[in-house]
Amino acid sequence: MFWKRFKKNKLALTGGVLVFGLLAIAVFAPFISPYDPNTINMDDVLQAPGSRHILGTDDLGRDILSRMIYGTRISLSVGFVAIAIATIIGIILGSLAGYYGKLIDSLIMRLVDIMLSVPTFFLLLTIIAIVGPSIWIVMFVIGLTGWMSIARLVRAEFLTLKEREFVLAARSIGATDARIIFRHILPNAMSPVYVSFILGVAGAILMESGLSFLGFGVQPPTPSWGNILTAGREYMEVAWWLIFFPGLAILVTCLSYYILGEGIRQALDPKLKI
Amino acid sequence: MLSYLSKKSFELLITFFGITLVSFFLINLTPGKPTDTLSELNPKMTPEARAILEKHWGLDKPVHIRYVIWLKNVSRLDFGASLSSDMRPAWDKIRERFPITILINSIAIFFIFLIAVPIGIHSAVKANSLSDKFTTLAVFIGFAMPTFWLALILQFIFGVWLNILPVSGIKSLNYESLSLVQKILDSARHLCLPIFITVFGSLAGISRYMRSTMQEALSQEYIVTARAKGLSESKVVYKHALRNAILPVITIVGLSIPGLISGSVIFETIFAIPGVGQLLYQAAMSRDYNVIMAEVVMVSVLTLLGNLLADIGYAIADPRIRVK
Repeated sequence: MFWKRFKKNKLALTGGVLVFGLLAIAVFAPFISPYDPNTINMDDVLQAPGSRHILGTDDLGRDILSRMIYGTRISLSVGFVAIAIATIIGIILGSLAGYYGKLIDSLIMRLVDIMLSVPTFFLLLTIIAIVGPSIWIVMFVIGLTGWMSIARLVRAEFLTLKEREFVLAARSIGATDARIIFRHILPNAMSPVYVSFILGVAGAILMESGLSFLGFGVQPPTPSWGNILTAGREYMEVAWWLIFFPGLAILVTCLSYYILGEGIRQALDPKLKI
Repeated sequence: MLSYLSKKSFELLITFFGITLVSFFLINLTPGKPTDTLSELNPKMTPEARAILEKHWGLDKPVHIRYVIWLKNVSRLDFGASLSSDMRPAWDKIRERFPITILINSIAIFFIFLIAVPIGIHSAVKANSLSDKFTTLAVFIGFAMPTFWLALILQFIFGVWLNILPVSGIKSLNYESLSLVQKILDSARHLCLPIFITVFGSLAGISRYMRSTMQEALSQEYIVTARAKGLSESKVVYKHALRNAILPVITIVGLSIPGLISGSVIFETIFAIPGVGQLLYQAAMSRDYNVIMAEVVMVSVLTLLGNLLADIGYAIADPRIRVK
């Protein structure tokens, strides 16, 4: 049923194909990249895109295509891990708030309001500046500041689901709260979370690239799209390819995730006629 | 109405304390101290000198006591001295950089509404038409666009390649000798790229939100009634649906302030604009806690004021809230 509806949406299907293509690139990076991403070659500095280096080389003579292929790994893993952290926090707090209600609900929802009004980007920059940038810190802080919308979604689902008869049935046979939350209600509350996860990956990739741009993201020589672009900024006037291709990769990747997410949302929504 | 507003203001006050609490503890409990950067590269910095410095800045006290002291000082608008080499009061540093950031963002908000609202209405009214599909794709491109990349490319195209716009800064070298009209033109030339980037960054979100509230409004029963009365379609859309659909969009302004100012950090760095965004970047780099916390407070106050204004607007426009 889901697949039948999803298949009709050609745009979303394209997004899905691109998302899988990018995952494949990330997994098979060592087999498909033409050069080693970190080999410095001073004879080939700042070569324009051509037959030998399809996307040109950077100021140290490293092949941009290979660096971008390996960068796919880094950028996608940052996106996935960060959003996985955010989703776990969001699910836990959202289910607690929705299931228990009353004081727990108002405390958690107040925390959501606070986190939505906090300039999180400021805190991200500050924490990373204090601890020192590393890929783990970047994943962790993006996850820690991005859980609020998921918590709200899960809470809303719980508020309606907990009144349903199957919950009463589970409770009457003596199921514990934890079992009711995780085995009975949560599986039914997951569909908006899937969509939000996919959209969140794109958001986290954009966030990492923005942090990298300010020098607070994944650190060189490890290639991420954001830091290839940033390193190329100095040579912008003589080597446009250094900033053009990484930015394009970010744009296309995030676009694929957004249209895939939107397609899944429409296919899951029974009210929409497709 | 009054009790509604006082309840809202009280909630906002609680949120404000929450924000300062979360930010203060997150920043201060992260391992590492502002004295680290000073002592790393400085052979003269003995452990004793470091201890004196930490005592001078109050860093030797436990974090919860520091928070209470900080809060007390903030109530007198004293955010402490900047921990960077100039040691000026943090509040002064922010105050002088504040106008330019606010100017750029206010102009940007104006344009965001001017453009996003009609786009959203159009896509909702013509839902699933070819033009709606086209705008949907455009909106997703807007979501997916790394704005700093767009900024770099525009800077390159207009500033370097075509050479028709200044690359950075907010005024030309000969600014003082220009006439008033020329001064305004000069500022406009410097600010048009930063404003364009800010508008572009928020356009997608707001127009998408407008589309969904408008669709929601159009599916209500009072719209069926209005149509049944034989009102023209434009009256139905612009008088009956729009009035209900635009309210939630206006409230989004309050919530979009943190995002807008975060955007300022990036474009002010790119275009070398001396605003609060650039100051935050420098403060984060040098672990200038006092300036960072002052900026957090400033942005939160703006956000909460935006929310309060939106609530007041809501109460004025929607009699159901006033009566309750």
